[in-house]
Amino acid sequence: MALEPTSAPEKVIPPHPSPDGESLTLPPDSALAQEATRRTRRSFIGLGLAGVAGVLGWRYLLNAPDADGTPAPFRRVLDANGRLSAAYFRETRLAPEFAKSQGVRQVRTNGSAGLQSDIDLAAWRLVVQPYGGGKAQEFTLADIKALPRVEMTTELKCIEGWSIKVNWAGARFADFLAKYPLASRSGQPIKDIASPPADLAPYVSLVTPDEEYYVGLDMHSAIHPQTLLCYEINDQPLTLAHGAPLRLVTPLKYGIKHLKRIGTIAFADTRPADYWAEMGYDWDAGH
Amino acid sequence: MKKLVEKHPLAIRWFHWVNFPVLMLMIWSGLWIYWANDIYRIGWGNTTLYNFFPQSFYDAVHLDHKLAQGMAWHFLLMWVFFINGLLYVGYTLVSGEWRYLLPNRHSFREAGQVILHDLGLRKTAPLVQKYNGAQRIAYTAVVLMGLGSLLTGLAIYKPVQFGWLAQGLGGYEAARVQHFVLTIGYVLFFVVHVAQVGRAGWNNFRSMVAGFEIADVPASAASPRLAPREPEPRA
Repeated sequence: MALEPTSAPEKVIPPHPSPDGESLTLPPDSALAQEATRRTRRSFIGLGLAGVAGVLGWRYLLNAPDADGTPAPFRRVLDANGRLSAAYFRETRLAPEFAKSQGVRQVRTNGSAGLQSDIDLAAWRLVVQPYGGGKAQEFTLADIKALPRVEMTTELKCIEGWSIKVNWAGARFADFLAKYPLASRSGQPIKDIASPPADLAPYVSLVTPDEEYYVGLDMHSAIHPQTLLCYEINDQPLTLAHGAPLRLVTPLKYGIKHLKRIGTIAFADTRPADYWAEMGYDWDAGH
Repeated sequence: MKKLVEKHPLAIRWFHWVNFPVLMLMIWSGLWIYWANDIYRIGWGNTTLYNFFPQSFYDAVHLDHKLAQGMAWHFLLMWVFFINGLLYVGYTLVSGEWRYLLPNRHSFREAGQVILHDLGLRKTAPLVQKYNGAQRIAYTAVVLMGLGSLLTGLAIYKPVQFGWLAQGLGGYEAARVQHFVLTIGYVLFFVVHVAQVGRAGWNNFRSMVAGFEIADVPASAASPRLAPREPEPRA
């Protein structure tokens, strides 16, 4: 390998005319020509072998067994990237917020998985399964609205590549867990998101009432101060298309994690099932 | 007297040939991602000169409906692109190769002469050390573009955790535009680079694979590499 540093001053190439385009054939059968041929052949064989190795690597990647819609090596890298960004994550880092007037009037909708079954909004309840076990608890929209109302105008970033600024209002998920301590085994509430109870569940699962759409979140993102159980857009109650009566909003994740029409929330020790992650997307999908 | 002259160290040849397919695949997987929201165009108001990209382009190369695969490839190969680029820059610094690569105060004038010469408007080409002025500018610029792609990419990838970066670039949307423009820049670089390599001929191309070049050197000098360094003229 020529990786050792060359001592520059004595080897510096002086200015000279470029040999490009000149006729620079070596005398045939000279020692120099033989050396040139030998080195050329050796190097091109090396490059060819490297190319073959690249093609074999490509085939290995694409033919590896599938792991949730993508070959396993890709899944392992996506997951490693997710662990790396989780290690760097700080709940004190906030997504930029904008003036309310910068929020769009007509908020784009994209996808209706989990919203196609009938819903009786008056009969709707948020079902939460305590991490410590025991009976599922039910909450009305009024229970959520009784929590401090938080309004924010943040960028909704779709994994497709578009983004819009939206004015949301709702209750912080962290405030919900502070009042209803359902996410720790011991039943301790979250008083301060910077030092949550040691036995807090590492993952949160959200599922639509018809169980057609489901997402998983890491707890750090779930209790981030900008993660809301959202019930209003532009001061108006959510429409059905936007996830009435209650949806998740978190500028810490791509739009695919913003589950509409929350049915059940549960807590888990391992990564919960995730609709898009099963189709080859990054499970973390975090920002 | 004709000699074999060492031109490209083995390390630089490796970095170059690793980067080539990796950058190609980064662009390719980037196109798979871009397809999902292909809104960029050249134009103003209601006038559009060019849409990125016409339907015929997508049809011809089958770029559609591969967003998840595109992201998986992109977020795997980004590591190879990053590490290879880092090693390359580190190597040029340690080995002293940077002396041939960084533009100096003559490079811009020299680049003008190179362009005139290549267009057939000037008889003589300027002298080169390893590279001419145009090459120094191009090869330094493309490394800076690589850094730009890493930074704009990171701002798009983790716009909250690297919020300072995303905000510094003008926001999430702006970072995406910059990332895209840099990619177009690579394509333009590639077109010119390949055309110039074609023009320069076999001797030059072989040097990026085998490392040596055949040069006609005065018999007095043992090898241009060992010739005494000419002092840079100081104005």
